[in-house]
Amino acid sequence: MTNHWIDIGNSDCVLIMGSNAAENHPISFKYVVQAMKKGAKLVNVDPRFTRTSSKADIYTALRSGTDIAFLGGMIKYIIDNKLYNKDYVRAYTNAPFVVGKDFDFKDGLFSGYDKKARKYDKSKWAFAMDENGVPKMDRGLEDPRCVFQLLKKHYDRYNTKLVSKITGTPEADLMAVYKAYTATGATGKAGTIMYAMGWTQHTVGTQNIRTMAIIQLLLGNIGVAGGGVNALRGESNVQGSTDHCLLFHIWPGYLATPSTKWPKLDDYLKRRAKSNDPLSANWWQNEPKYMVSLLKSFFGEKAKKRNDFGYDWMPKLDAGKTYAFLDMFDDMYKGKVKGFFNWGMNLACSLANANKNRQAMAKLDWMVNVNLFDNETASFWKGPGMKPSKIKTEVFSLPACVSVEKEGSITNSGRWMQWRYPGPKPLGNSRSDGDIIMELGFKIKELYEKEKGAFPEPILNLKWDYVTEGMYDAHKAAKEINGYFLKDVDFPAKKKSFKKGELVPSFAYLKDDGSTSSANWLYCNSYTEKGNMAARRGQGDAENKIGLYPKFSWCWPVNRRIIYNRASVDLKGQPWDKDQWVIKWNGSKWIGDVPDGGWPPLGSLEKPNPKSKWAFIMHVHGHAQIFGPGRADGPFPEHYEPLECPIEKNLMNEQRMNPVAPVYGTKADAYETCDPKYPIVGTTYRVSEHWQTGLMTRPQPWLLELEPQVFVEMSEELAQLKGIKNGERVLASSARGSLECTAIVTKRFKPFTIGGNTVHQVGFPWCFGWRWPQTGKEDSANLLTPATGDPNTRIPETKAFMVNVSKI
Amino acid sequence: MPGKSFFIDTTICTACRGCQVACKQWHDLPAEKTVNRGTHQNPADLSFVTYKLVRFNEVVVDGKLKWLFFPDQCRHCLEPPCEMTADDPEAIFRDPATGAVVYTAKTKNLDTQAVIDSCPYNIPRACEDGTLAKCDMCIDRVENGLLPACVKTCPTGAMNFGDRKEMLALAKKRLDVVKKTHPKARLLDPDDIRVIYLVTEEPNLYHNFAVASTSAFNVSRAVALRRLVRPLTRLTANL
Repeated sequence: MTNHWIDIGNSDCVLIMGSNAAENHPISFKYVVQAMKKGAKLVNVDPRFTRTSSKADIYTALRSGTDIAFLGGMIKYIIDNKLYNKDYVRAYTNAPFVVGKDFDFKDGLFSGYDKKARKYDKSKWAFAMDENGVPKMDRGLEDPRCVFQLLKKHYDRYNTKLVSKITGTPEADLMAVYKAYTATGATGKAGTIMYAMGWTQHTVGTQNIRTMAIIQLLLGNIGVAGGGVNALRGESNVQGSTDHCLLFHIWPGYLATPSTKWPKLDDYLKRRAKSNDPLSANWWQNEPKYMVSLLKSFFGEKAKKRNDFGYDWMPKLDAGKTYAFLDMFDDMYKGKVKGFFNWGMNLACSLANANKNRQAMAKLDWMVNVNLFDNETASFWKGPGMKPSKIKTEVFSLPACVSVEKEGSITNSGRWMQWRYPGPKPLGNSRSDGDIIMELGFKIKELYEKEKGAFPEPILNLKWDYVTEGMYDAHKAAKEINGYFLKDVDFPAKKKSFKKGELVPSFAYLKDDGSTSSANWLYCNSYTEKGNMAARRGQGDAENKIGLYPKFSWCWPVNRRIIYNRASVDLKGQPWDKDQWVIKWNGSKWIGDVPDGGWPPLGSLEKPNPKSKWAFIMHVHGHAQIFGPGRADGPFPEHYEPLECPIEKNLMNEQRMNPVAPVYGTKADAYETCDPKYPIVGTTYRVSEHWQTGLMTRPQPWLLELEPQVFVEMSEELAQLKGIKNGERVLASSARGSLECTAIVTKRFKPFTIGGNTVHQVGFPWCFGWRWPQTGKEDSANLLTPATGDPNTRIPETKAFMVNVSKI
Repeated sequence: MPGKSFFIDTTICTACRGCQVACKQWHDLPAEKTVNRGTHQNPADLSFVTYKLVRFNEVVVDGKLKWLFFPDQCRHCLEPPCEMTADDPEAIFRDPATGAVVYTAKTKNLDTQAVIDSCPYNIPRACEDGTLAKCDMCIDRVENGLLPACVKTCPTGAMNFGDRKEMLALAKKRLDVVKKTHPKARLLDPDDIRVIYLVTEEPNLYHNFAVASTSAFNVSRAVALRRLVRPLTRLTANL
């Protein structure tokens, strides 16, 4: 989230699209209700009428996988009706930037497309530069090659008639949503978006979010209270795990994972684009300090300047190769993976194309399953269709204790790092993940010391000292994450000096010479000499009284509760919204939230204060990116159909699907589009009553009582067509698998009219598995979903695919 | 009328069913073995082991789809017909401090069906031996200064609990606001019961027994009649 949970209550219009907040983030509705009680409108767009829809002022449906068409129409509506906040757009976004002559868009393709490699040459999308190497700009937004004009041209095609044909949303409904939401473009008004996997799990997932980010920038909704782009994380610590490098391509603090593209530390540290604009903070120019401090944290004394601080010891990604779950299981299916740690996951149910993944695990020599309970993954070898006697995989199960039995922190969707004290002692032989991984590390070190395997340095040099009396110590880990001064350091410019062994007060003091450590620069400031900031429980609000509660827990970066908040003010530093202000300039300093940098306001665009900086400090050129030339699939979002879709031709352009989306080619990767065998659009979702794959909730009788069986929801029209009665068991099938489930025939799904034809859609929960309930007859909807996904993140496309349903 | 009351604002109930589970947890009630019957409502009905049930109804009103949620539970009537019908304070009594209508194990000895039939809201449920059970207002929690479990767990503020006067005031204040956008909004039987629902549609769209059923009035009359002769019957019983 750019903002945080409480801040939803400050909004004037809450758009819930790509999520089902009432059901899957029930507590968030407390804040939605707060906003509504103050007069906010709730707008909900979802293929299915949900418990969220039941509370909405405006609800409408769209066909799964057509969000860019829907939102692209909103961009056109904003521009056509001049509803954008022109002052904001001119000053804070790259709308005025002039794009270089190589950029083009034709027949659904951006310039630079390599058909064979299914890849773009992104250099074709570069900005035009002036003689000083600063992007050329037209702050009047009139240059025909400026981002604003290109945006206008790009979305000119997204008229409501065409959008309606693609999405199946009636034109009147489109207009109602556009009108309600774009009213937040008015100065002092704020609209927020609550989205989740309904937007991300698509071959155009990243671009779904980008489309909304563009809308939020046009309306001046980023940085303000009640605004922002807010991802509702699906698990209490997803934000924390992502911050600390859950994903293959990101290291702690969103540093890029080293790659063979950058064989030496110097290559890595010099790879980022520089800015020649003195008004651009280009914050990532500090990355060398963060990277070296991270390596110092990994290797301690062993990391020295002369050995590149141990950069050579860290594994490198093969340039051009991806290592997401889809890729890992593809490799595993092909027999290329021998061993596998399945840690705190239940991939046999949670990952797309479950049949493939379950078969893939049979190719392993060994698997270690760390979890609270046995699950469908650990027991895959005795699952449906498996012959245990034919499976060689040896499975080891390590019992982990429950979150409440251990001490540590979680970071919520709003970026709040919150400390938790341990409750009861772990049951039986179960242990905390920290203990398990520390001991694993010690054993591996011991083996390397004894047997001296190939390339032992990374393991032997690992500092690995987060233990007290042989047990994992969460405080030591948290301090390591914050970082230490490793020698006495002076900062004459800041008139500060620190002693060796002190905790670093914030990332502004991290250095690239090996004198500081920090296992995650974004968390530097979370555990300082003043104490454990995440454990704070101060109840007071800040002076702007917008629910920041700055002394409750701690939030990254440097306790800034609403990021990009320098865009919440005009050029004089005065808030757009006088009542619910985030920060303001009092003549000598910023007050309110922790500002995005303490520089004074810009003053004016014509003669900006040379001591100031552009508002979006994380971007090279200091401006928010309406034109985003860094994405794999284009600088503007474009509507493409899902890999599996119900129409032959994309009605928006010549490319049916995202031209750079990954596809896999094994026997288990069948895909069917416009095949009469699978004429119905399918999607997956969760229910309030079960958690993730249901591993922690299916064995819980009270929750199983509420949602006892896997189901398929379908319209009354489709049920009639198929002769299916409400409550009867039916068979759902896709090109990849089938699933027996109970039909819920409901008014909450309605057939769509797509390009003049009737298209039906159904939906399934993915929270079931054969291991429990005991009948063994309930299973995961991921048996049906395809292994394809977003080209930027490689999140699977489990929200739009093609199925059939039939009577058994 | 002193004592406690609930205010249940269905306009902000999201049917997360936290209340339904919290009720089972606090009362240590077993789960029922259920199947998906083509609806998310589960179990199908209140039972001896299910005191609280969120009812789900899909209805079309003026061409617009509504999904109505109704967290059903004992209303803790100010003049409870069940108490009158039972006429045995050791089996069914009203807690003087809160007004909670509480059933004990001695309900086993009552005319079970008569008590069930007396309820205008169709709440009491019997087990095989005839013992009756229903929501007890979490009287043990309330006596110790805690909120009822269902109220405590509600994330949106749909479930409220407190002194009757405050709850009535809260309900009326909220009604005034909701009426501006939903002219048909109303409170259900606020003068007769301690569980005051705010609804925006016709009550029977939420549940057949959302308001007191008319047949119950006949029962009430019968009960009232019996009450008239009660001293005599008691006397006879004691002989």
